[in-house]
Amino acid sequence: MSMVQFLFYLMSFIALASALFVAATKNLVRSIFMFFITLLALAGLYVLAMADFVAITQVVIYVGGILVLILFAFMLSGKENLNYISEQQNKFISIGKLPAILLAVLFLIVLVNVAINIHPDSLPWIQKSVAYKNYIQPDAAMTENIGVNLMTRYLLPFEAISILLMIALVGAAHLSRKEAKP
Amino acid sequence: MISLTDFMVVSAVLFCIGLYMIVSKHNAIQILIVIELMLNAAILNLVAFGRYDRVANSGQMFALFAIVLAAATTAVALAIILNVYKRYKTIDPGKIDNLKD
Repeated sequence: MSMVQFLFYLMSFIALASALFVAATKNLVRSIFMFFITLLALAGLYVLAMADFVAITQVVIYVGGILVLILFAFMLSGKENLNYISEQQNKFISIGKLPAILLAVLFLIVLVNVAINIHPDSLPWIQKSVAYKNYIQPDAAMTENIGVNLMTRYLLPFEAISILLMIALVGAAHLSRKEAKP
Repeated sequence: MISLTDFMVVSAVLFCIGLYMIVSKHNAIQILIVIELMLNAAILNLVAFGRYDRVANSGQMFALFAIVLAAATTAVALAIILNVYKRYKTIDPGKIDNLKD
């Protein structure tokens, strides 16, 4: 087993185990901090898929931005919230959760079947890309290419995203505003 | 070189953990976290397949767009959750059952 494969299995084990911990734990703060681990392991997986720029963006935006935002909102929402969370009985497997387990397991069976049966490594376009050497080599520097593509080929989605970000910003500011006295 | 099947299986398992939690949890913040987890499972697939497109970078590009969209979604959703908490004093989505008037 090569080093890359070993690292892949290690990273995916960390990601899956911490995701299971997020699902199983009763403590909300602990689950948020375990979600940090999941996101970092997923960033490692992105690096192994030769997407280093996406991995850096993941660390900066998710771990630096979104999780801090979630923690901030959680701390703002007060002590009653914490008490409420600790008092709900929350066994990982109980009869009330049977529909959720059934749904998740059936979905998992379907998805894993699809992943195994389409043989993704022998899809026509992937075969063609391998034949023309159009796949990313481990020593390639793709950041420059991403920047050029962002400003040429994907300019319209980029602008649409920027408008949507501004709408979301205005909406969030409006929603969290103090209500005016009647 | 890691096969695409491995990436797809990992992302499928992550997605199903998210699906289980989203149905069974009684806490809006946890559901929000889990939506992020499921988005990440989808992004993993995008990135893994995007390796085979060196010229146009379509997979990585849309992974970046998805990350940015997730950030915007989280900001709005957290504002909504804070407002709901102010009004109902609970963030259990099952207990929020009446409209404004």
